[in-house]
Amino acid sequence: MGDWSSDQRAFKNVPWGKAMMWIFLVSDTFIFSIFLLSYMTVRSSTTVAWPHPSEVFALSFGGEPIPLILIAIMTFILITSSGTMVLAVNYGYRKDRFRTAVLLLATAAFGAAFVGMQAFEWTKLIVEEGVRPWTNPMGAAQFGSTFFMITGFHGFHVSIGVLFLIILARKVWRGDYDRGQRGFFTSRKGNYEIIETMGLYWHFVDLVWVFIFAFFYLW
Amino acid sequence: MADIVPTAVDDIPSAEVAEVDLYHARSWWTKYVFSQDAKVIAVQYSCTAIAIGLVALVLSWLMRLQLGFPESFSFIDASDYYQFITMHGMIMVIYLLTALFLGGFGNYLIPLMVGARDMVFPYVNMLSFWVYLLAVAVLVASFFVPGGPTGAGWTLYPPQAILSGTPGSEYGIILMLVSLALFIIGFTMGGLNYVVTVLQARTRGMTLMRLPLTVWGIFVATILALLAFPALFVGCVMMIFDRVLGSSFFMPAIVEMGQQLSYGGGSPLLFQHLFWFFGHPEVYIVALPAFGIVSDLLSVHARRHIFGYRMMVWAIVIIGALSFVVWAHHMYVSGMNPWFGFFFATTTLIIAVPTALKVYNWALTLWRANIQFTLPMLFALGFIVTFVNGGITGLFLGNVVVDVPLSDTMFVVAHFHMVMGVAPILVIFGAIYHWYPLMTGRMLDEKMGQFHFWVTFVGAYTIFLPLHYLGLLGVPRRYFEMGETSFIPASAQDLNAFVTVVALIVGFAQIVFLFNLFRSLRHGKVAGRNPWKAASLEWQTDDVPPGHGNFGEHLPVVYRWAYDYSVPGAPDDFIPQNVPSNAVAENHAEAPSAADGIEAPRT
Repeated sequence: MGDWSSDQRAFKNVPWGKAMMWIFLVSDTFIFSIFLLSYMTVRSSTTVAWPHPSEVFALSFGGEPIPLILIAIMTFILITSSGTMVLAVNYGYRKDRFRTAVLLLATAAFGAAFVGMQAFEWTKLIVEEGVRPWTNPMGAAQFGSTFFMITGFHGFHVSIGVLFLIILARKVWRGDYDRGQRGFFTSRKGNYEIIETMGLYWHFVDLVWVFIFAFFYLW
Repeated sequence: MADIVPTAVDDIPSAEVAEVDLYHARSWWTKYVFSQDAKVIAVQYSCTAIAIGLVALVLSWLMRLQLGFPESFSFIDASDYYQFITMHGMIMVIYLLTALFLGGFGNYLIPLMVGARDMVFPYVNMLSFWVYLLAVAVLVASFFVPGGPTGAGWTLYPPQAILSGTPGSEYGIILMLVSLALFIIGFTMGGLNYVVTVLQARTRGMTLMRLPLTVWGIFVATILALLAFPALFVGCVMMIFDRVLGSSFFMPAIVEMGQQLSYGGGSPLLFQHLFWFFGHPEVYIVALPAFGIVSDLLSVHARRHIFGYRMMVWAIVIIGALSFVVWAHHMYVSGMNPWFGFFFATTTLIIAVPTALKVYNWALTLWRANIQFTLPMLFALGFIVTFVNGGITGLFLGNVVVDVPLSDTMFVVAHFHMVMGVAPILVIFGAIYHWYPLMTGRMLDEKMGQFHFWVTFVGAYTIFLPLHYLGLLGVPRRYFEMGETSFIPASAQDLNAFVTVVALIVGFAQIVFLFNLFRSLRHGKVAGRNPWKAASLEWQTDDVPPGHGNFGEHLPVVYRWAYDYSVPGAPDDFIPQNVPSNAVAENHAEAPSAADGIEAPRT
């Protein structure tokens, strides 16, 4: 790391994009923390009973309700996608275009599967259970509004991530970063460092999910 | 003296990374409109901020007219008045001051002062401005929708902000919230750039402890903004949900016009916490760049190094950190556990320590200095006086027992206008007079500037000192008209009328300033290189005004801090940052640029 106050760079060997992503993630951490704190506040301020998460989020297989089964699968998928992302970064630095692109696409596929299952969960809540942001037949109305807002905001992050993963995979496949063609959101030549930057974002989205999972489904 | 930072170390490390290629605009559009050059973006930000600020200025005149001469203007009714208050406050704090200090001065000065060719991500920087412009457009649009802009007060407290009794509750409040969310998104793009540029893109020899205090102020303010705006963002999203979807994040069970509304179970206090968790750091987002800029103005125009540079840097950092643990002092009357009041009063008063340290250091910088009464110096001195005044009333209001009776009176209005209205705006004026020659190559007119300063400075006191007194009398803020009350003497109305007249005069004096800005573009005295004989890097560029890429073929190499003024033994009374110690003895009236062939010793 070197001396922070030294000239040129405070964090040695940290490229600009990576530094920028870290700082953005700190800011985004504040957004998610405040969302979760607000959720806790309204959960304690509402006078109506809070629905029981293990009953709400249960799926029936063969007549037996299994609590939290869908969400367990979703969490497993998202954490698996972090594994493929790590491998993609690794092969990216080795300039192994084929493996990097495939692993990026695998990560994107896991992410898309996560969002798809979330859509299924939302549909079930909205259509079958009749939960709305403003009302909830199972108890406090804030249950629906915080659930849709927070999981929606997280799902939005995952969707953006999937989109960028696909774009990135295409650029890697074409060999843009070997030829130094322009990266996106910059007029400069892109390089394989951007895969690590993308990885930071993806792991962050994954980590945030762990907190949402803990506070929403296990509490 | 012990506290002078050791400077002029000729031992400069070699470059760690090769220079990145710079984006070069190919057409008129990409050069001046969709520009990725931080200097052009800075001008775009500044012009937009000043334009929307003028709208807020006119709104303040309308408010003053109503307060000074109630029942005289048929075109101002109570709803209009609340809309004026709300939009005036919101525009001034966020769309003018935040945007001008960080988007304007930040963009222009950071790359030049740290010795970079541009911000680290020019494209994202450009997007930042366009999203900001969109936010301003949405804000302006709210004036033209049915029901007009929101009249909820600039703090937008629910439940009243979204209930039908409040003006603008149809569309105005929605547009306001959307505009704020857009502003935050746009600002984040710019803010990430400013922080990373300061951290990772400094030139050789530019250590963090050699940065001009302007950069320190903007840097720490940007970090505050990146951590404080999320609270406002989340608050805005949830209030949009409450207003549009009918959720109840902030809405308790409530009866309106005899009807039980469908809301229930939310926490209005939650919004106040979110708003002030943003709102208090926001005060320092505006104040810290002003602190930094004023330090540089004082040092340059008093021909003396800034006193206690390290203390000044740490004071900025400590003020920034403390500003996150004081927010509930805005909520003493909202109903909190008394222990919270005790905690927040204590932290609030502790902030006075680093702040007072800065004021002492400014005073000691001026002590026995060779003070030049130039326009920037006048505004800097005006800032110190005004800031001390506003800060002292802040100590009153920071105490729970003093705050409770003064809360929601004109005293509070006078306090925050002195400390975060007039004081930072004086710095903005001083900074414009100081850096205008760099940006345009011409000086602003001195006579018009003198007129502008004295009318603004004396006028600000004439406006806001009486408001303190009115507040002590018990005149409430946010009242459309006072009517007859037993505890407020009728003469208070005369004072209000007097304040209104002065406010109009001060407002019109700003037209002289605007005229000066435009006229001097063509007819100002040609400034030449470095008219103020400043030592910091932004004046050492090859071209004045600096061209695309800021510096010549080579980036400057920095050998010393930015405050080598009146150094004993040096031929001139200042030594630019890029002059090595073995070159000081030679005449450097024409500051050498790196392109002149001064090669740094490689280690």
